[in-house]
Amino acid sequence: MRELTYLAAIREALIEEMTDDDAVILLGQDIRANLYGTAGFLDMFPEERIRDLPTSETACVGAAVGAAMTGLRPVVDMGSASFSFVALDQFISEVSKIHYMSAGRLKVPVTYRIPLMYNGGVGVQHSDRPYPMFMQMPGLKLICPTTASDAKAMMKAAIRDDDPVIVFEDTYNWSSRGPVADPPAPAPIGTAAIVREGDDVTVVGIGRTVAFALAAAGELADAGVSAEVIDLRSLAPIDWDTIFGSVEKTGRLVVADAAVSTCSAASEIAATVAEHRFEALRAPVRRVTSLPVHSPYTPALEREIYPDAGKITAAVRSVAKQASHGH
Amino acid sequence: MMARMQPATDDIRSMVGMWRQMLRIRRFDEAASRLLRSGQMPGVLHLTTGQEAVVAGSSAAMGPDDLLIGTHRNHGYPIARGGDLGPLMAEVLGKATGVCQGRGGEMHLIDPSVGAFFSSAILGSGLPVAVGTALTSQLQRSGRVTLATFGDGASNEGAIHESMNLAAIWKLPIVFLCENNGYAVTVAASYAVSVHDIADRAAAYGMPGAVADGSDPVAVREAVGAARDRAGAGQGPSLVEAKTYRTVDHAENLPSQPYRPEEEVASWRERDPITSFRGRLLAAGHATAGELDKIEQEVGEEVAAAVEFACDSPFPAPAALWEHMYADPSLNRPAASLSWP
Repeated sequence: MRELTYLAAIREALIEEMTDDDAVILLGQDIRANLYGTAGFLDMFPEERIRDLPTSETACVGAAVGAAMTGLRPVVDMGSASFSFVALDQFISEVSKIHYMSAGRLKVPVTYRIPLMYNGGVGVQHSDRPYPMFMQMPGLKLICPTTASDAKAMMKAAIRDDDPVIVFEDTYNWSSRGPVADPPAPAPIGTAAIVREGDDVTVVGIGRTVAFALAAAGELADAGVSAEVIDLRSLAPIDWDTIFGSVEKTGRLVVADAAVSTCSAASEIAATVAEHRFEALRAPVRRVTSLPVHSPYTPALEREIYPDAGKITAAVRSVAKQASHGH
Repeated sequence: MMARMQPATDDIRSMVGMWRQMLRIRRFDEAASRLLRSGQMPGVLHLTTGQEAVVAGSSAAMGPDDLLIGTHRNHGYPIARGGDLGPLMAEVLGKATGVCQGRGGEMHLIDPSVGAFFSSAILGSGLPVAVGTALTSQLQRSGRVTLATFGDGASNEGAIHESMNLAAIWKLPIVFLCENNGYAVTVAASYAVSVHDIADRAAAYGMPGAVADGSDPVAVREAVGAARDRAGAGQGPSLVEAKTYRTVDHAENLPSQPYRPEEEVASWRERDPITSFRGRLLAAGHATAGELDKIEQEVGEEVAAAVEFACDSPFPAPAALWEHMYADPSLNRPAASLSWP
């Protein structure tokens, strides 16, 4: 099967959706000439459907909402997760709430691409992983595809969805390559994927921590520990059935999440499994998250704060060891 | 659904039609206020009292397919566009028969079926959305113009600046209407706004700015109408500032210390726009006293019927809580994290 990079897969998804539906438009800063998968679109589509935006995040996020409410399907490139904070009122007060407060009279089929650029020396103000903040807002669909195939399938699903969808793109994955069928294998919003089967410990990963979890699982297999790895890929709704089913099998759970530990996606998953599948657990749930400090510029310090394969391996070993007492 | 009581012959764009709409807004608000005081509705009420001429004049200026995007003080727009009062009052009471089935409430009183499309109750937050509805009009070449209203308080929000700039660079079909009622809750515009006329700020975006007498629905209709025509002709956005005054507090049920001179409030009440426009209609021969009295009576009956409809309507059932969270109904139920096995 042909292979594509993650970014090329998203580019294909955008081209296909824009070709299929004139209502799909692209909005973003620097999108006409940018590096994020949309260079050259001006040669393929009318200029009025490819809109470079002034640096006015609030107006741009809101304009996409108004356009979506009246028949367009805008895709907005936010450039960096940290820039989304400038427009937070629009995301919270408008994007997430309009469908509910209008009792469904107004629909908001809009897609926001929010790249997560961390562990790359871009400094304290450009390295945020804010998806847990958005998880606090009912009404949003939040996805974080990890493979090239899922990136294409989920981006297309997001654009066709009648609800607002935010696509968190872990930029670590942008250059990673993977097989992409035509059409891509389905990856419905709201589903997780078991990307490696195992029996002893469930490891849930998000974004780049999925790759770290897979690396950890490979190392642990050599040591006789069988880890099952789940790519969460949908942060809202969360696929509880897949997580619960895996924990019922393994009895142990480690959640790896590059967000800051406090009220993270990992926290939500850990709390929910502890509440609902306590009887299945043979060891305490472990979270492997970022430390609750800012992301410093210097690589010497920055690399310390994020999850990596070594931290995940250690967490899995610790719960596997505790579990051995019971079995 | 109750029948619409407004006679079809009374064009909302006509002189008498605008007066009827002003009266419908006033009587609707008075009835809502009574319901609040008698404990029949939750929360607070943002009345249009004193500002009806701005609403009726601007609503009359817009075309039948145009889109109005408003603020927390939005009762007037769906009414002035000819919306049914029953579902509007039911929304105020939080009833299942309300325009938004009780999900929106009195700060989000809309009726998309008459072009009162949307309102946002966060100051300035609706303007970016309005830029987007205008973008759709431009791309679809629909000829629809968006009217985006905001107040003197919101005029100081960053979202307004971004929205006007974006609308200007894209030459979008939109009219920005500032309802300057002199106070942002309790803070005077004369203190908080850097210019005497907010309309002057239009120059910063290369768009025309105009000031209109907000007590005169004809003046508002003409100023907004000119801006609407310009937008509809593809010449881009304009800013109209209507000078007005709310003769009631920011919100019913929201007590504050005195913040404006009593004489100031009294002088505006003496120049009540509904009373003065009535006098003008009579003096110019647009209607006889008997005809206007008849409209008073009709509006009174219409509002009474709306109150009866709203009071008799059921509240949404508790199970309806999850409805409308998502467009996909299968998702509108508690997540597994909340529903115990």
